Formats: sequence, structure tokens, C-alpha cells
Amino acid sequence: MRRLAFAAAALAVFSLATAQDKVLRVVPHSNLNILDPIWTTQYMARNHGYMVYDTLFGTDEKNRIQPQMVASWTESPDHRLWSFTLRPGLTFHDGKPVTGEDVVASLERWGKRDAMGQKLMTFVERMDAPSANTFRIFLREACGFVLEALGKPSSNVPFIMPKRVAETPADKQIDDATGSGPYIFVKEEFKPGDRAVYVKNPKYVPRKEPPSGTAGGKHVYVDRVEWNLALRDAQAQVNALKQGEVDILEQPAFESYPPLQADKNIQVVNSNPLGFQYMCRFNHLYAPFNNQKVRQAALAAMAEEPFLRAQVGIKEFYRTCPSMFTCGTPYGSPKGSDIQSKSNMRKAQELLKSSGYDGTPVVLMKPTDLASIQKLPDVAAQLLRQAGFKVDLQAMDWNTVVTRRAKKDPPSQGGWNMFCTAWVAPDIWNPLANPAVSGLGEKSWFGWPTDAELEKLRDEFARGTDEARKKALAEAIQERAFEIGTHVPLGEYVNPLAARRNISGFVTGPGNLYWNIKKN
Amino acid sequence: MLLVVAVLVFALLRFAPGDPAAIMAGDAATAEQIAQIRAGLGLDRPLVVQFGIWLGKVLSGDLGESFYFRIKVATLIGQRLEPTFALAALTMVIAVLVSVPLGVLAAWRHGGWLDRALMGFSVLGFSVPVFVLAYLLIWLFSLELGWLPVQGYARIADGIWNFLRHLILPATTLSVIYIALIARVTRAAVLEALGEDYIRTARAKGLPERRVLVRHALANAAVPIATVIGIGIAILIGGVVVTESVYAIPGLGRLTVDAVLARDFPTIQGVILFFSLVYVAVNLLIDLSYVFLDPRIRY
Repeated sequence: MRRLAFAAAALAVFSLATAQDKVLRVVPHSNLNILDPIWTTQYMARNHGYMVYDTLFGTDEKNRIQPQMVASWTESPDHRLWSFTLRPGLTFHDGKPVTGEDVVASLERWGKRDAMGQKLMTFVERMDAPSANTFRIFLREACGFVLEALGKPSSNVPFIMPKRVAETPADKQIDDATGSGPYIFVKEEFKPGDRAVYVKNPKYVPRKEPPSGTAGGKHVYVDRVEWNLALRDAQAQVNALKQGEVDILEQPAFESYPPLQADKNIQVVNSNPLGFQYMCRFNHLYAPFNNQKVRQAALAAMAEEPFLRAQVGIKEFYRTCPSMFTCGTPYGSPKGSDIQSKSNMRKAQELLKSSGYDGTPVVLMKPTDLASIQKLPDVAAQLLRQAGFKVDLQAMDWNTVVTRRAKKDPPSQGGWNMFCTAWVAPDIWNPLANPAVSGLGEKSWFGWPTDAELEKLRDEFARGTDEARKKALAEAIQERAFEIGTHVPLGEYVNPLAARRNISGFVTGPGNLYWNIKKN
Repeated sequence: MLLVVAVLVFALLRFAPGDPAAIMAGDAATAEQIAQIRAGLGLDRPLVVQFGIWLGKVLSGDLGESFYFRIKVATLIGQRLEPTFALAALTMVIAVLVSVPLGVLAAWRHGGWLDRALMGFSVLGFSVPVFVLAYLLIWLFSLELGWLPVQGYARIADGIWNFLRHLILPATTLSVIYIALIARVTRAAVLEALGEDYIRTARAKGLPERRVLVRHALANAAVPIATVIGIGIAILIGGVVVTESVYAIPGLGRLTVDAVLARDFPTIQGVILFFSLVYVAVNLLIDLSYVFLDPRIRY
């Protein structure tokens, strides 16, 4: 009987403790279906990565690279040998210490998947780990983006995994979510399409600096974070937040802001001030956009403001940006953008007439199920028609767009001429990260522009170690990209999160970061 | 029949637009990376080979593995069964408890105000889209009165009241259309039975009206009512998509939508085969129930 009473008391204490746990209930921007942030570039996998893994370097709120797992580093005078020392106290969730060998294995796998990582690896001669808490990178020749690559804040982020996990072939997904980050993924509670659960990593040792972007101290003030993956209906999300059934909506629909802002229990927080950039992409392989003059005509027709007004609608959430690299970052510049930013419809019509355009219809793909970009193709179609183009606007779901844009078939046989999308700022903020300014032809990002001059400039940028020179090269790259018409930038927008008033401590970053958050 | 479903589903999915490899790779992936993933998933093999491999697994009881979650499709279905079955069961309980008495009363008072009201309600029940009704109920019972949660699902293991309070609104939303359907069928079947000679005889014998209605009229009208209830259950299992979406219930409906949007072929194939199996099983049970409902029926 006494045993029974003791068991009941223990259960009661346990229940009380569980009830008192601080649980942060979050509605993420999308579904989490892949748990390997190196294998895929999906933003949800990246955000999962930030929960579970740590990074060697981070990018702070002012877009400067700062050490994170690294305590100190040196660079040889010829810039070819980089030596790093890990800070003490770093351990994986299984209790084992993070070593240089883990870092080397992680970087090798990342270097096979990520575009910037692949570029870095063309310079890397070898990497090694001379002692447990150090690692070195030996370069064949100097390059100017070692730290930028190691601290890149968006997909694919070079997260550090245990060597046994990182040795998984790069074309296969990992099975083990052991990391050394501020949270531990609870695999047993992961129900795809329902919820993902993370608990505080009690052994995590944050840096001393205050949190800033993906850098600084990653302090955890809640016991558990639950991602509600089932709550996908925009109106239901708003209702749930209003009723206090969830704490944070990562990306409310634009039409949801007025009722959210009117609720005194809810705050709207812009934790990603650099935001996103819209763009429409030409297919350079087929008519009419295999003609540079036709692309110029389209650029002249597609002014940014109509897109932003139609798609975002809320004036304080968007801004025009005459740059292919994120405005407000070091390489954001208006250089070369006059064709679009200072143009008008009459000029577009004249350019199209002089281009020899033969009336070939533009197959423009419109995703009907992605509220954040679905109005862009409608505006593009209207403006292109006004300029004199024939447009075949084809509606489909986003995943069909994703599939079809990878096809190099002619538009009449299931291919395409144009699609529109959006990028988070760090994915396009320099010429190496931005996949749309590559001129590698069939090896480029979808649309496949070929331009030797563009590639020569990007190579020079990669080798540059002088920041002024790099800035000049970025401007030259953008000038060339506008000249040949790689794509059409369509302005920038922010999509602030909405949260209950009792939530505080939001950290700015490319995605939503859940350290430093307090729930009162 | 299941083999026909298997062939059809497999063929439709492969000929429909959409490449799971491109979706899985993410926005910044290159064509080369997508091709690598496609090969890893076995999607670069001839269709006949892919079908043969899948069918071989299905025949040995293995529905395959989700492209995304890399767990068995049967496990995924298992995780989603409880919410969908619970929702379907509560919906049908509400629908039957409300619609059968209403239908009997409407037939009994044929042409009266109750009958007309029921017919009007039926038209409304068939016409109002599920999501509109769902939002109205949420607005009233969750946002205005604060009695019930806006969204989510609680397992039976989390407590019966918690379980019920999460399901009342979705089940009520879904039941409206079934109440309209079953009540109309009940009314028509009972009305027909009430015109039979044995009803006149029963009344002539002086039996109470309630007994005439329940033991004689309703009992003889049971076969068409059972048929429509059975079909309703079968349709419900696969037709709860909108309700599950609005109320954020992680059931089979949501799983199907997610799998279709993501082109998760093994999951779609597995779920549709499962739905077909449920449909066949429910129809078999209905056919067997006829023997008990109408002793004149023999197989």
C-alpha cells in the first residue's frame, strides 16, 4: 500500500513537472518531410538543422561572419592554409565530444552538395585534423570566401555532424539526427505531417556574446519546442493563434495581417528584416527567350512595383530593389539595372519590335497552390502582353512547376519559357550564392544561361581577397547579368511572424531561430 | 478488383505531371542533383520493372516505403488510422442518431411542417460546402463562446473528454451532409413501408403507433438505410480531407493530400489500396448485414 502511495506521489510530481514545462508551440511555414539539411536545400530542413546542429561560424545581424563553434583561427600570409581551433565543451547529443575529424567529415559531405561548398572544394587541396580540437584547410590557391562559405546562413548550411553520420554518402539521406546544437530532436515523437518535437539540450554551452543572427550565444529558455505540422489552413492558423492554442505563426498569409494586428494579444515581429526577393526566370534554351533582345524587352516591361503591389499588397512589407543581390547587403547595388528600373512599356515595345520576335508564345508556369508567389505570373503575363508578347499562362501546382522547370524539353513538348519564384536574402546576396547569375549553360540553375564572360567574372570574384575589388566585381557581374538578361528581379518583401504577446526574445535570421526565445 | 486498382493507381501516378526527385531536392538544386535522387529512388528504371517490384512487395504484404520519410507506408497509415476512424465513427454516430428518428418522424407526418422542414434542411445540408460550415461552427463555438478548441486532435489515451472536445466540431461539420442523406433515404423507405398491408394490419390490431413505426415500418425499411449508412462510412474514410485540413487533424485524408502534393508515389499507392480494401470490406459487411435485417434474404 505504501509502495502504491509512493508511486502515486511520484506520478503526481512527474505530472506536475510535465505540466510546468515551458512548451513553445509553433506553426512552421511548411511541412517537415526531409531531415537531412545537407541532402536537400528545402528551408524546413535548414530550420530543423538550426535546431539540432551547430555551425563553425555564424552570420550576425549586420551580415558579418562571426565564430560559433570555432574559438580561434589563423590564415597563412599566402591565404592558402587556414587553421581552426574548436572551443572547449562542445559535445554531441550522445555525449561524445566534437572533434576536428567530425568537422572534416561534415565539410566533405557538405562540399559535395552545396553550390558554394562545391565551389570552395575546387580550391581545397585537402583538410585534416591534427588534434582532437583542431582542423585545417589547405588550399591549392587563395580564395576569398572561406569564412563566408563556412558561415553561410542559408541552404545548404555547413552543419557539423558526428563523423559516423557525416560519412553517409552525400547522395543518401542521413538516418541519425544527432547533432551538437541547442535542441535535441525527439525521433520517437516525430509524426510526419503531424508534429516534430525538440527538447532543450542541457549540455549545450552557449557562447558568451549576445545572440545576433545565426551567431552569438544560443541560450534556450523553453524546455520543449513543438512544430505543429498539421495546421496548414491559413484561417485555421489565425484562429488557433488568437485562441492561444499556438504561440507562433512563422509565415502568416499576407491577408491575415489585418486581423492579427488588430488583436491586442498578438504581436507581429519582423525577425527576417532582409526578407526575400522575387524573381522571374527565363529559359535561355528556347525561343523566344533564347534571344538576348527579347529578354531585354521583357526586362524593360517588368517593372517591380506592380508585382509587389499585387502579391504583397501591404506597403510597409515590400520595397523595390534595383539589384540582383539583396539590397542593404554589401553587394546590393543598382549597377546595370537601368534597363528594368528606369524603363517603361513604350521602350519594351520598341525593344521587342527590333528583336525580331516572331510571336512565339511564352509558356509561363503559374503555381496555384503557393499563396506567397501565385500572383506573380498573372502580373508578368499582363505586362508581357502589353509589351507585345503572346503569353500562354499555364496553371499547375507548385510541385509540377518544380518538376517541369527541370526539363530541358522544348516548351511545346512539356518544357517552359518562364517561371517565377522567391529567394530568402542570404541565398542570393553574393555572386557565388546566387544561382541565377551563373552562366555555366546546362550546368547552371534552371533556365541554363551560357555566358563565358559572366563565369570569368564569377571566378575572379571567388579568387578575390580584397573586399573593394570583390565589390567592384559583384557590380560587374550584375551589370553583365542585366545585359544578357539572366532573370528579372522583382523586388523584395518581408513576411513577419505573428506571436502571442507573452513570447519574447526573437532572434533575426534567414529563417526562424528558436534560441533566446522566452515564454512568460 | 484490388489488382485493377493497383494497376490504375500506378499508371495514373506515373503519367501525371510531377517528379518527386525535383520536389525533394529543393529550390536551389541542380538538374544533376535531381537526376541523382531519381536514380536513388529507382525512378529511372523502366515502368514495367518499377511496377513489378512494387507489386511483388504488395503481394508479400509490404506496401513499400515513403520516398520522403523513409518509413514503411503501412506504419504511416497506422499512425493516421486512429484520427480518421475516430472522426468517421463519431460522425456516423451523430448522423444515425439524428437522421433516422428525423426520417421516421418525417415519414409519419408526411406533408406536415416537420416533413417540409426536413426536406428543406436536406437541401441545405447537401448545398453548404463543408469548409463554410466548419468556419461558421469554429467562429461560434470556439472564437465567440470559447467552448471548444479551434483545431487539433487528442488521442483517446489523452482522456475521453479531451478526445471528444477536439472531435465534436469536426464530426458535427461532417455529419450534416450525412444527416441530410440518411434522413431522406429513411423518410422514403419508411414512407413506402407505411403504405404496406402489414402496417394497416398492425394498426387494426390496435398496436401503439410507436411500435408500428419502429418494429414494423422501420424494421422493414432497414435494408436501404443500412446500405446508405454503409456506403457513407466507406466514403467517409477517404473523404475527410477538407475537414481534416480545416481542423488540423492528422488523419488519412491529410496524409493523402500531402502525399499527392509531394508526389510520394509509394504512400499514395498504399493509401489508395487501403481505401479500396476498406471499401470492399464495408460493402461485404453491408451485404452480410442484410441477412440479419431481412430474414427473407438468403445467400
